[in-house]
Amino acid sequence: MKVRIKFRKYGALRFIGHLDVMRFFQKVMRRAQIPIAFTSGYSPHMIMSFASPLGIGLTSDGEYFDIELTESISSEEAVRRMNAVTAEGIEVVSFRQIAEEKKMTGMAILAAADYLVGMSIEEEPGFFKKYKADFKAFLEQPQIIVMKKTKRSEQEVNIRPMIYQMDLQENGVYLKLAAGSVKNLKPELVMSAFCQFAGIDEKKISYTWHRLEMYAQRASDEWKEPEKRKLVSLESLGKIIESREIHD
Amino acid sequence: MRKLALPDELLLNIEKPARYIGGEVNSVMKDLEEVDIRFAMCFPDVYEIGMSHLGLQILYDMFNRRKDVWCERVFSPWVDMDKVMRERKIPLFALESQEPVRDFDFLGITIQYEMCYTNILQILDLSQIPLHSKERTDNDPIVIGGGPCAYNPEPLADFFDLFYIGDGETVYDELLDAYKQCRQDGKSRLEFLECAAEVEGIYVPQFYESEYHEDGTLSSFPAANPHAPAKIKKQVVVDMDNTVYPLSPVVPYIKAAQDRVVLEIQRGCIRGCRFCQAGMLYRPTRERDVAILKEYAKAMLENTGHEEICLSSLSSSDYSKLQELITFLIEEFQGKGINISLPSLRIDAFSMEAMQKVQDIRKSSLTFAPEAGSQRMRDVINKGLTEEDILSGAGQAFEGGWSKVKLYFMLGLPTEEEEDMREIAALSDRVARRYYEIPKECRHGKCQITASTSFFVPKPFTPFQWAPMCTAEEYVRRASVVKHAFSEQLNRKSLKYNWHDAEVTVLEGVFARGDRRLGVVLEEAYRLGCLFDSWTETFHNEPWMKAFENTGIDPDFYTLRQRGSDELFPWDFIEIGVKKDFLYREWNRAMEGTVTPNCRQQCSGCGAAVFGGGVCYESKN
Repeated sequence: MKVRIKFRKYGALRFIGHLDVMRFFQKVMRRAQIPIAFTSGYSPHMIMSFASPLGIGLTSDGEYFDIELTESISSEEAVRRMNAVTAEGIEVVSFRQIAEEKKMTGMAILAAADYLVGMSIEEEPGFFKKYKADFKAFLEQPQIIVMKKTKRSEQEVNIRPMIYQMDLQENGVYLKLAAGSVKNLKPELVMSAFCQFAGIDEKKISYTWHRLEMYAQRASDEWKEPEKRKLVSLESLGKIIESREIHD
Repeated sequence: MRKLALPDELLLNIEKPARYIGGEVNSVMKDLEEVDIRFAMCFPDVYEIGMSHLGLQILYDMFNRRKDVWCERVFSPWVDMDKVMRERKIPLFALESQEPVRDFDFLGITIQYEMCYTNILQILDLSQIPLHSKERTDNDPIVIGGGPCAYNPEPLADFFDLFYIGDGETVYDELLDAYKQCRQDGKSRLEFLECAAEVEGIYVPQFYESEYHEDGTLSSFPAANPHAPAKIKKQVVVDMDNTVYPLSPVVPYIKAAQDRVVLEIQRGCIRGCRFCQAGMLYRPTRERDVAILKEYAKAMLENTGHEEICLSSLSSSDYSKLQELITFLIEEFQGKGINISLPSLRIDAFSMEAMQKVQDIRKSSLTFAPEAGSQRMRDVINKGLTEEDILSGAGQAFEGGWSKVKLYFMLGLPTEEEEDMREIAALSDRVARRYYEIPKECRHGKCQITASTSFFVPKPFTPFQWAPMCTAEEYVRRASVVKHAFSEQLNRKSLKYNWHDAEVTVLEGVFARGDRRLGVVLEEAYRLGCLFDSWTETFHNEPWMKAFENTGIDPDFYTLRQRGSDELFPWDFIEIGVKKDFLYREWNRAMEGTVTPNCRQQCSGCGAAVFGGGVCYESKN
């Protein structure tokens, strides 16, 4: 039985990196006595896969990982048990049964993610209201070319098609960006490109980065026509496991 | 939500921010309104090292069981953070409350090795607490030290208000109660120190004076305050079953050196190796009840979620219920994806079988510590191990499927000759040869024998406390003798030799048997930038040498001298139970190469029976 767990990461825990979050949840599974399945072999490890690593410094309301269970446990019970043994800064939001197929893991179906980016300059409260026009012009560009650095090389990439939505808000920017193994765009890259476009000195800005949600694409061939894009949250693909008593 | 002491942009630009944020599972938060005493418990090294220390977890748990005490943790900020904290004048803070250490009632520092002494000054300095005990006011925390190095606290005498000598579980309650009482009565810092001096096991360095002979050795060490006793008695937990143990230790977010449940099975060691300080300090050997340990193991795994459990003690094979305990751990937890990590055990049929069950023998290596290459040398140090033991142990390991063996040796032991040095290479070679005696089809490729030597450092309260050390150059020469001996041997492919740094060894030796005149050297070295001296990447010998030069103190006085039988040592005012005349008897036996039986074979009358428990009374029950 496969299950998808959604959790929030906030406060001081934004300084805990992805690998440590994985270790943290392995220990949560043990403390909460979740009947998680292990791989076979000489050194068995928990079957647990994260949809997308969250960088250090980011908070999130929508993080996901999938696990496999050896026996059923109700969603309510599992969430309660895990939250009883977690630390301030990580809260389990939901625990839902998902499809068994391998291609349906969060990692495989991830298509987009929402971010809320807070921007401020200490001396100039609400500074970027005056960049409204630049903002519009930035998005109206047919192409936005940035240098994308990977471990091995640097490459020019047009990020415009990967920006699905970008709205100016009171204290920052809301972004819906491509995510996943095929195309992935980090909010930092978009904001740098915007600052460069609008002539804002990025060094002066203090940012807060927050991931809101992660999505899957409903059907893969709709990619080419953005207006037909239909995103559903990873959570909504799972179904609540009722407790036995109710079920029977 | 907890507010962090450090701003985001700072935490995002330093190595491992998790070192500084606290908030881990099982860390303790309290309401300040309900707390009378704030205790900052410090391990003066980085978080990952400090969090791996069992003693710290024991005391953290013990203090926080008291409603009126809130114990928090403090570690050494790594060099990147150290730099920023100085630049921005950020006071050092405790992890839980994120509040400055200088506002606490106590700063407790566990002193585990000599090379952390400059880190202690860093802790005080960054906390903005005056370095010298005598400069502190009623507003500064009481700085108290404990741990193995507190058994010769003298080089640190200027910097500490109190030292706690012995097992931490015994008199802290008494000390804290005395503190509360003094504060209620509006007593001064000095008056509290006087109260503390009357608690057994508590040493107040500023109440003692040291006088010296013309040759520089100590002539007398009188107590200069009527509240201070002439001798300080080591504190011992006699009944290990009726004491505290942390069943819910703090679980770090980042991987600590010891990322597992640690189960202390016994304290002390029956063996009596003459170089080993722990073996003398923690006498008498006291076991924990196996039924209680089983419960602890279960509870701790449940409360931490760790995927590994390890046993902790000196010479674990001497724990009388070891088989029962290991069998239990394997049966109970192995099926649940819990790794069982075994301590280094004496090789016998049971331990071979247990190791084969819990380890991947293709990957793991076995470690033996013969400590010396020649039988003569092993008898001098009272290792109680014959070459036959070593070779047959290695043989059994090879037959059991292992092909990697690590061998630990010491160089520079008293009476060591070139012959003894070369024997390290020869013994390693004989171990390798033993591998090729097993049938070819049972071997797993070539064997890999790694021999490592560290340089011997004489420690207080050991039979070798009278022994001279060598110069750094001489240590290097001895290592090169060993290296040369290895390279002369036919088999060079399966043998590897490593040796430890000689300069650090010499410094460790200075402070191990140092006196309070060394305080100025320490301070000068710290001013010259010495920090994290136990880390190869941050250790620099030149500023240390400069510190000796600038203060006019000769390090050779502390290391190269053979001490006389009647010399008064700076640590002689501490009573550890084991008597100085027993140690001297052992020193003489070492010089004769005579072996002394272990505590279970025959009592040698060391003096530890004075505590009224442990192995001394085992057969008498």
